[in-house]
Amino acid sequence: MKVTVDEDKCCGAGQCVLLAPEVFDQREEDGIVLLLEAEPGEGQHALVREAAAVCPAGAIEVAG
Amino acid sequence: MTGTLPAFPGVRAERCPFDPPPAIQALQKEGPLTRVRLWDGSTPWLVTTHAEQRALLGHPQVSADVTRPGYPLSAPRLNGSLSFILMDDPEHARQRRMVQAAFTVRRVEGMRPAVQRIVDRLIDDLLAGPKPVDLVEAFALPVPSLVICELLGVPYADHDFFQDHSRILIRRVTPPEERAAAGGRLLDYLDRLVGDKLEHPGDDLLSKVAERVRAGELTREQAAQMGVLLLVAGHETTANMIALGTLALLQHPDQLAVLCGSDDPKVVAGAVEELLRYLNITHGGRRRVAKADIEIAGQVIRAGEGIILANDVGNRDPEVFPHPDELDLGRDARRHVAFGFGVHQCLGQPLARLELQVVYGTLYRRIPTLALAAGLEQIPFKHDGQVYGVYELPVTW
Ligand code: HEM
Ligand code: SF4
Repeated sequence: MKVTVDEDKCCGAGQCVLLAPEVFDQREEDGIVLLLEAEPGEGQHALVREAAAVCPAGAIEVAG
Repeated sequence: MTGTLPAFPGVRAERCPFDPPPAIQALQKEGPLTRVRLWDGSTPWLVTTHAEQRALLGHPQVSADVTRPGYPLSAPRLNGSLSFILMDDPEHARQRRMVQAAFTVRRVEGMRPAVQRIVDRLIDDLLAGPKPVDLVEAFALPVPSLVICELLGVPYADHDFFQDHSRILIRRVTPPEERAAAGGRLLDYLDRLVGDKLEHPGDDLLSKVAERVRAGELTREQAAQMGVLLLVAGHETTANMIALGTLALLQHPDQLAVLCGSDDPKVVAGAVEELLRYLNITHGGRRRVAKADIEIAGQVIRAGEGIILANDVGNRDPEVFPHPDELDLGRDARRHVAFGFGVHQCLGQPLARLELQVVYGTLYRRIPTLALAAGLEQIPFKHDGQVYGVYELPVTW
């Protein structure tokens, strides 16, 4: 699985961090998404897909 | 033809104070998009299905700009400056990002001990005081008001002033001139506070906003507007979720037992999402206007047409939530649209979640015999509010 995030689209709602804190975080200075793990392990896949589905800004892309 | 369209907002059924108005909920069966008639005779689209609501709220040609012709107003519009909730990107994003850092999941989680102390102390006071007591006044309003005051750097001593004025501001039935006066006084109040913070900056969010004024990135008026938005949105909504949520739980004792019987944070967090879904207190719908023709669900929304996304009905979409009219704290409700969707999705949602988790996870465990001190038919519901809830909730134990 390959994850990408679009910082320009992100509105900092933090849904991704709530769901998969090992994959996503938010920048200290402005709350914009920080991708911690671009190729998360198997165990994270379901949560990452859910994060992409609930992200209000469509800022998370998942391939594979 | 417009005479036959259903009026929006609709009227709730007397016996089902937690359900959307039946005539509006029934429109979901007619398809994702139908037309409704508003107070001013306009006939915007009403979107009732979850998938189409998310698609439109995330659509780049859908505008939240209240000044655009065709925007479906909930009451006569007042002239004057606007906060970013009623603006489009890029200006919306520019302003939202100035305050977003204060609401990250991590930053807010750090406030948990402080919120727990506030809740514990208010419950101590409740238990030491007379009963019955109005839970709204004694608990539901103070919790989020104390928290947002601390975060913004607003003196809590002024709570009667800002709570009363917020209530006037968000009542649909408030006459326009009264609403303008209340809004004006709140704006003046925040403007004075921004002035104070410019002279004596503190370690609070309003001081950070004031810094932007000093840096020339915001006008004084924009800063004050932002302060009004954060103060009003930061206490009214959560207060209503606390009181209405408590009432809903008292009416569903089997569900209340789930909360009383568990101290698992996951169970409490799940319960918060389900109560947000089921109660969906922002019952006037998300309001938007199309900037271009948009094809969706076999219909065409024309440029300049108003769109109302009824998120209360979207949260009852059986395609997404089986048995949607049941309150079921065990379900996975995370895809609810109670905080909206798209780039305007609630900025304060991590804070709202934290406050509700602490409240729902503490109140009923500490007062397991909590009970209504009046009949359901005597409870005054906020049918006339932009935000749904109860004006009073007499309880005893
Ligand atoms: C349970 C409590 C809450 C509920 C149900 C709620 C609901 C909502 C909804 C539905 C929106 C979207 C508006 C739209 O799309 O037109 C919104 C936006 C907003 N909320 Fe909340 N809210 C809550 C608590 C809070 C808190 C505690 C704050 C703290 C300051 C807050 C601040 C905001 C702000 C600033 C916006 C505007 C965001 C933007 O336009 O980008 N809310 N809220
Ligand atoms: S859920 Fe989406 S909008 Fe929210 S912080 Fe994550 S990437 Fe940004």
